[in-house]
Amino acid sequence: MNTAAVIHRSEECLLRPGNTNCGGCGMSIGLTMLGRALEQAGDSCALVIPACCGIVTAGAFPTTSYGVPTIATTFASSPAVASGVATIRDLNGESGHVICWAGDGGTYDIGLATLSAAAERNENIIYICYDNEIYGNTGGQRSSATPAGAHTTTTPRGKIEGKKDIMSIMAAHRIPYAASLSVAHPDDFVRKMTTAFSIEGMRFLLLHSPCPAGWKSEPEDSVELVRLAVASGLFPLYEVFDGASYRISIEPDGTDPAEYFRRQGRFETEEIDLQTTRRHCAERMHRLQVLATQYPANRNRV
Amino acid sequence: MPVQVVTGNHAAGYALSVAGEANRTGRGVACGIYPITPQTEIVEFVASFPFSKGRVVPAESEHSAMAVSMGAAMCGARAFTASSANGLAYMAENIMVAGYYRLPIVMVAVNRTLGPPWNIWADQGDTLMLRDFAWLQFYCEDNQEVLDTTLLAFRLAEDRRILLPALTCMDAFIVSHTQTETELPEQDEVDRFLPDLELPHRMRYDEARTLGGLAWPHEGLSMRLEIEEAMRRVPEVYQECREHFKEVFGRDPGDMIQTFATDDAEQVLIASGSIATTAREVVRQRRASGEKIGLIKLKLFRPFPEAAIRDACQSATRVAVLDRNYAAGAGGIFWQDTRATFQGHRDDLLIQNYLTGLCGGDVTPTVIHEILADLSSRSAAANPVWMGIETSKESLQ
Repeated sequence: MNTAAVIHRSEECLLRPGNTNCGGCGMSIGLTMLGRALEQAGDSCALVIPACCGIVTAGAFPTTSYGVPTIATTFASSPAVASGVATIRDLNGESGHVICWAGDGGTYDIGLATLSAAAERNENIIYICYDNEIYGNTGGQRSSATPAGAHTTTTPRGKIEGKKDIMSIMAAHRIPYAASLSVAHPDDFVRKMTTAFSIEGMRFLLLHSPCPAGWKSEPEDSVELVRLAVASGLFPLYEVFDGASYRISIEPDGTDPAEYFRRQGRFETEEIDLQTTRRHCAERMHRLQVLATQYPANRNRV
Repeated sequence: MPVQVVTGNHAAGYALSVAGEANRTGRGVACGIYPITPQTEIVEFVASFPFSKGRVVPAESEHSAMAVSMGAAMCGARAFTASSANGLAYMAENIMVAGYYRLPIVMVAVNRTLGPPWNIWADQGDTLMLRDFAWLQFYCEDNQEVLDTTLLAFRLAEDRRILLPALTCMDAFIVSHTQTETELPEQDEVDRFLPDLELPHRMRYDEARTLGGLAWPHEGLSMRLEIEEAMRRVPEVYQECREHFKEVFGRDPGDMIQTFATDDAEQVLIASGSIATTAREVVRQRRASGEKIGLIKLKLFRPFPEAAIRDACQSATRVAVLDRNYAAGAGGIFWQDTRATFQGHRDDLLIQNYLTGLCGGDVTPTVIHEILADLSSRSAAANPVWMGIETSKESLQ
């Protein structure tokens, strides 16, 4: 193999070969898709990453697994650091998306006030939360993104509380763009990133990101699991423009959520109240459908 | 150069703003701000300044205020902020990383008592809590010194031989809210003093590097050593910056430590901040009556100016360290470093600690006279003396 060619090729990737991420890691797939979207758009970016698996991905100084400039921030700070970075970019007439790449711990929990403030100020940044529903980097503790019933090291008897609805929280800030993503739907993923690139101001994207280590699932099941989550309505894919208009990207096809739970060791199947889960999924989809009908998104947007 | 009657906070806000404006021909200026008594007027001043190439970001917390300033600094902009007391405690994580990122951010801190009990008055415990971070620390006694030191701090922090953030401190209300005559330099003078910032390790969109990521122990160790080497260069670079300051502004911003009547002094007071002003006046009076008493004002606290302090105490037999701060279970913080300074050099020196003005108490000339009376009566040093309160035998000895 021509080593020089491999090195050259790696320079062009957002996520370079040779990183130490787990097999079946949804975040890795997400980074690859983000890279593809950037490549298609011909855009450059800087990553701003708080404490999470995403910064471990970079590897050790002086090398980096990222083919773009990357700033490692403190856990709660990525949207605030990105605000400073984007400010200086804009003051100097430079181009390059400033993209926060953060886990659910940094988004739903410790960084929520920082994220809310950046959204309220409508900072000119893109914020992507790869949501694996667990503190993966510290070995699998509950976060407020962890769904009810999931066993984690800090909810050894299963989590009682349900998953926080971060999309609604972000939409309530009336930011220009909020969208949910799934690694099972790459075309939808890239289309939404392209939309995000074309908009100015605060853009929030929520990526359902499988974590075999935390979900106690098989790496080869990762994509299938999040596909089931979309198909059953557990993780709706939709867009919200200006917190006001809605568009559902992929309608659930009536798939039963049971299989999603059965294939993950973090759930005890007998503990999951499927009837209630089905009802919750149906109610949420209905609410989104009503919003998308009553307040349809402007079709002029990509 | 216009002289105006302004508060310490006004002087600080002015210095930060004109320093930021001076980088308009470079990559600009940006900062995160968040209010807290008694520094609020500083960030209000900054927020109202008409920057030509800059942005002030009102953040939702001190932690994020520093984060915004760091993001700007990482991109090569001039960046600063201000805070006090519990705000500094809340900001602490990002204060720490700003130093390790080697970002030349300048922060003005108004020293206020850490609560509880809630108290807005002067006490240096807030900034001294940050003493082990990779930051330079300066303590100023009046408005002019706040202004001059803040401007000088930018030049020093941004020097390639240093590249460390700097903290300029003043006492709550005594300095921050007291109006005095202050020379406010013109923008063109500041432009001449502060060249555009060129941060060598700034983030660039065409360079795939990670700033602040993982490093193995041997890499981390060499980065720590580089910080120590930069700290050791501070005295020399400070003098260069001071000379340049004199050339541009026609005024001496003062030395890192400022001695008064120490040449043949047998008893030396060591003080910082506004206490130094009061102590200097007492020393002046006592000198007039023939007593061999001197004063060292510590303006620079980090790096600790050990050599300069030892030089200034050559004739001394007794030293009183006045601390407006208290490290629980350990005593005054300036005292601890002073003792370490003399260990192995002057083990004969009697070094006594006086905790005075804690939690915003007044340090009057009477208090200084009491300290001198105690110092001269001693045959040996003992535990820190708590001034202004009756102490039990247990706490005294």
